[in-house]
Amino acid sequence: MSTAAPPASQFDIQEETGGSIGAAAREYWTRVKGGDMGSLPAIIGVVALVVIFGIMEGDTFLSKGNFANLINQGAAIMVLAMGLVFVLLLGEIDLSAGFAAGMGAAILATTLTERDWPWPLALLAALLTGVVIGFAIAVLVARLGIPSFVVTLAFFLGLQGAMLLIIGEGGTIPIRDDAILSVMNKNMPVALGWLFALIVIGGFAAATYMRIRSRRKEGLPTEAMSVWGLKVAALAVVVLIAVYLLNQERQRETAVITIQGIPWVVPLVTALVVGLSFVLARTAFGRHIYAVGGNAEAARRAGINVPNIKTACFVLCSTLAIVAGVLIASRDNSVSPTTGGAQTLLYAVGAAVIGGTSLFGGRGRVYDAVTGGLVVAVIANGLPLVTQQSGTQFIVNGVVLLVAASVDAISRRRAAATGR
Amino acid sequence: MTDGVTSQGSATPQGQPVLSLRGMNKSFGAVHVLRDVDLDTYAGKVTALVGDNGAGKSTLIKGVAGIHPFDHGEMFWEGEKVEVHGPRQANALGIEIVYQDLALCDNLDVVHNMFLGREVKGGVTLNETAMEKRAGDTLRGLSVRTLRSLRQQVSSLSGGQRQTVAIARAVLWNSKLVILDEPTAALGVAQTEQVLSLVRRLADNGLAVILITHNMNDVFQVADNIACLYLGQLAAQVDAKEVSHGQVVELITAGRSGDIGLQPEVAAANVGGEA
Repeated sequence: MSTAAPPASQFDIQEETGGSIGAAAREYWTRVKGGDMGSLPAIIGVVALVVIFGIMEGDTFLSKGNFANLINQGAAIMVLAMGLVFVLLLGEIDLSAGFAAGMGAAILATTLTERDWPWPLALLAALLTGVVIGFAIAVLVARLGIPSFVVTLAFFLGLQGAMLLIIGEGGTIPIRDDAILSVMNKNMPVALGWLFALIVIGGFAAATYMRIRSRRKEGLPTEAMSVWGLKVAALAVVVLIAVYLLNQERQRETAVITIQGIPWVVPLVTALVVGLSFVLARTAFGRHIYAVGGNAEAARRAGINVPNIKTACFVLCSTLAIVAGVLIASRDNSVSPTTGGAQTLLYAVGAAVIGGTSLFGGRGRVYDAVTGGLVVAVIANGLPLVTQQSGTQFIVNGVVLLVAASVDAISRRRAAATGR
Repeated sequence: MTDGVTSQGSATPQGQPVLSLRGMNKSFGAVHVLRDVDLDTYAGKVTALVGDNGAGKSTLIKGVAGIHPFDHGEMFWEGEKVEVHGPRQANALGIEIVYQDLALCDNLDVVHNMFLGREVKGGVTLNETAMEKRAGDTLRGLSVRTLRSLRQQVSSLSGGQRQTVAIARAVLWNSKLVILDEPTAALGVAQTEQVLSLVRRLADNGLAVILITHNMNDVFQVADNIACLYLGQLAAQVDAKEVSHGQVVELITAGRSGDIGLQPEVAAANVGGEA
């Protein structure tokens, strides 16, 4: 570390001068080499997987219908992973999130189908269940001091049992409510889809531009306008291509009804990402979550109520798990005792970690859940096209999870070695 | 780097002390850790608090900070009698402590660490520009030139830079007394030099500074006066220019040196009581 000869550049003038795209790229590369890889592994992963599956099973994998399918498969995992990001940021884990999702689906299904509640009330009941589950976990972890691994393992078993009791062994409860079903099964009108794309791109451009302008006004170093333009352009290209593809007719030519447009779940997930990112990056609460994950003792001494922060994170995680459960129920049109079971949780943890959220706490973003969720969804979608053997599929999934955890551990070591 | 030291230290501290302790006592169960300790700190002066392990330095500081309030004794803040029962009260008076472990979050940047727990908000959102500006002003006021960017993560900083951030955080809040617990203990030569000159600048900016240290070089480089604790008693608070290196070591190890310090019988009486 440079101790002798302080660098000539003062902190307040640096960056202002070297604000070109080249400088920004070099800065980014230094960060990556220093172990701060962000979402780079996930993006490389998605591109590589799409290329591989595209070559092996191009006809089916790259079809327009499959693209929409992929989004529907990934949505629940992404939402579950978003909740897990909050818990992982603390350096904790929630193993029960998968069955919390199942529990949410079960509550929704029983109230809708067996008791004929209107859907908003059923949804509210499910979400409240999530709040209660999260709060119970948090009391045991944050106040009593039991490791979250043990507490949530117990909840993993307990919630599974509760689901069985609610649904009945081997039974399934169908969901017939249109509002709930349309989230996963209906699409936005084509024109509305384009409007949505413009709102997303425009919103991002405006929000980032405002930030640069307010920093300029205060004489603080900012990102160069060229870098800003490049980021907006990159987002615009990705969003417009995705919307274009989704707005194509997905039905076979012979079919009578048309299927085209963005699935309604996309704006829902987008709203969650924007809202939760705002909480994490722009509010004192979000800042305190990072502080607790980075150094809980320092946070405590700075006057932050650590147990309260932990409680809020566990409640958020379980509540988002319920939202994921509702999405699963909407996609499957029914709820069974295995909803939210099997690999659901592992996929979600994998998604968060592949996206760049650390299992060791203190590092991660809501956005990670989306990029990582995309990788997981591509694997879950493409692998069955390549091989029907579920044995192979399990092994590949296990390997991917290990690779993600290794990337996390290696980047941490690099970060320690380079002092980042 | 040490130019401020020689020009600054006038022989006798003048004016009203910022913090005055009179007859402070503290026991943990049967162990009498502090006995009738008196201490004065002045604006613009660095008071070195020295003493061997177990002499009561940390207990004294924790009493001032309100973490372990004193059992009895009187505390005067700018001439007014005050009672401090918790860290928040100490902060409200203008007392800030930089602990030895610094209490920084590695995963947050310099600005976030400086404002941790006391963020500036505009409505619901954090006012990042205001915080960054104020953090920059504070660091510039301390003539810190070793930081590359205020948006650097603390994990990427060297030991000396971290110490700088922790100290800057302490002075951010218009504090009047900054207590530094062994700020140079883990640092190399060049970084120690940086931190000591920063400590000197704090005092030159008009703050009262208490510097806890084991290092005699640090003491004589920056301190205006030296308070020496010996087995829970104040052996002496002396002007740094009137004592030699050897005398301070004697005060630390024996509680007296020549005619300064505790009377032999007092000192000896306490040795028996020391656990």
